[in-house]
Amino acid sequence: MENRTAEILYHRRGPQERGANVPLGSLANWLSALGGGGLALYGLRRRSLPGAALAATGGYLAYYGVLGLTGREQHMPWPVEIQRAFTINRPVEDCYRYWRDLENLPSFMRHLESVRVLDQRQSHWVARGPLGLRVEWDAEITSEAENERLAWRSLAGSMIENRGEVSFRAAPAGRGTEVQVRLEYRPPAGKPGRALAMFLGEEPEQQVREDLRHFKQIMEAGEIPTIQGQPSGRRGARGNLLQLLFHEQEKARRAG
Amino acid sequence: MKALCWYGKHQVRVEEVPDPRVLNPRDAIIRVTRTAVCGSDLHLYDGFIPTMEPGDILGHEFMGVVEEVGGEVKKLKPGDRVVVPFAIACGHCFYCQRELWSLCDNSNPNAWLAEKFYGHAGAGLFGYSHMMGGYAGGQAQYARVPFADVGPVKVPEALTDEQVLFLSDIFPTGYMAAENCNIQPGDTVAIWGCGPVGQFAIRSAYLLGADRVIAIDRFSERLELARAGRAEVINYAEVDDLVEMLKQLTGGRGPDACIDAVGMEAHGTSIGFLYDELKNRMMLETDRPNVFRQAIQACRKGGTVSIPGVYGGLLDKIPLGAAFAKGLTLKMGQTHMQRYMRPLLERIQRGEIDPAFLITHRYSLEDAPQAYDTFRDKEDRCIKVVLDPWTRAKAA
Repeated sequence: MENRTAEILYHRRGPQERGANVPLGSLANWLSALGGGGLALYGLRRRSLPGAALAATGGYLAYYGVLGLTGREQHMPWPVEIQRAFTINRPVEDCYRYWRDLENLPSFMRHLESVRVLDQRQSHWVARGPLGLRVEWDAEITSEAENERLAWRSLAGSMIENRGEVSFRAAPAGRGTEVQVRLEYRPPAGKPGRALAMFLGEEPEQQVREDLRHFKQIMEAGEIPTIQGQPSGRRGARGNLLQLLFHEQEKARRAG
Repeated sequence: MKALCWYGKHQVRVEEVPDPRVLNPRDAIIRVTRTAVCGSDLHLYDGFIPTMEPGDILGHEFMGVVEEVGGEVKKLKPGDRVVVPFAIACGHCFYCQRELWSLCDNSNPNAWLAEKFYGHAGAGLFGYSHMMGGYAGGQAQYARVPFADVGPVKVPEALTDEQVLFLSDIFPTGYMAAENCNIQPGDTVAIWGCGPVGQFAIRSAYLLGADRVIAIDRFSERLELARAGRAEVINYAEVDDLVEMLKQLTGGRGPDACIDAVGMEAHGTSIGFLYDELKNRMMLETDRPNVFRQAIQACRKGGTVSIPGVYGGLLDKIPLGAAFAKGLTLKMGQTHMQRYMRPLLERIQRGEIDPAFLITHRYSLEDAPQAYDTFRDKEDRCIKVVLDPWTRAKAA
């Protein structure tokens, strides 16, 4: 009996490797070091709570930029690996079928703009990254077992190298399907890119968890619950900041 | 449309905001005809609840007429008159299928936020914090109701709004609190709190076969209303040792079940209350569980403490040792609304109970800020406030 408890839901970092795109890495590290430093100084001069937040962000970016430039980044864990599981109150066949049609993925992976299936194994993916940047890559299915498992990886030369695996298993006593997703990727622009992405609310672990939650919501409830577009009184600066903190502005941007 | 918006501690304002619209195919838009203010709205008003945003529209007890439905709504059509439950449920998840409606997996768009606090997220609620979904509420002229086939219950023309409005929250809440007591023949149920939920708990306990109900509060109008519901009443401000008194009233046994219908903003005269109040002010404790402690102390061995709530955070100095030694059962949670609304509507139709007895104050929505103050301070013998979103302000 396969061990269900081991390795589940622990975010493990993979073995460290230098990123393949060295020149891009250097430029990003320079930008991060200098830009982060500038942002930190600006934030400190403002002498306010938002200023402190800016200063902290700037410091963080500068730190990782300097690490990258001095070559110490190769000691940072790399690439990122995430695992998440959800139980969905639908039979295994239904869950597998929906996921296997890759063009359905954007319906619950909200950072994906589109997936176009080219043939039995190949597909073209378009995603929205932080700051509204568009990222595209080609991917292929590396293995599949109907109603059990599906694995894919981006092709060589992709802007974001990534690979993923999703497994489907019947939950006990008719409770539906246990879906487990494992994702590995190399963030663009190295660590600073990831830090900035985290600050803007695109933290990868959270994203994968929310994508899976959306998958469950579509399979069970037929729709993803939302409050985007509902009325409210005037939010003001504090209200808008809280919207950002609760990732509600992010979703509005993605949905719009 | 006009809507009551939250802007901070003791700050609510009626503002002109956009009308709601259908956002998902299972939505319906309701024109609100009556809405009420709840004790848990006061937790928002008093600034106890985290994850609120300035501009949030309040209100989770509302009813009205369907104006518009999304493409996937099958059971409702424009013109239907409905009462809307305060908790939103999808109808298809593990929890909904087991009638644990307030634990729905799929109705909270901010589930991740609740998970940070609680480990898992329950159903989304109308008019409450963003941890509970951040849905715009029903203290407004219109409201958007998700999963409209699952929640709203159609009500017959023969019953007035005031007779059925409390199916939206407090009647099912009081009833579930009593049902959770597992009432057996001969049982005595002690109920702390003679506010709206407590009043319904009193009457529900008798509907469920309790032999005696003892109700505890300190406001005379609330104790009177409890007496009108056939409860024996205790004014705790006039009693030295409430727990001992409850023991003596029950032949030395203690009440068979205790209902804490007060929750996190409890008051009291004991040292326990002073402790909580002080820690609250120093922000060292999130809730004031004075009543919860008393309920545990008073309950007989092997009895049940039923908690309709609301509690939010981390509670200090809870006598779990006493609860353990006495082998108590604790039952609690947000009301599983969809389980109770239709059966309780039938009881109203049969004349077993007329919930309108509870209403003491009626305001226009435009006067809601004053209504909140009156309700919170229990001024003018206020017990329950109902708002009409379509009349003009009367207050100067």
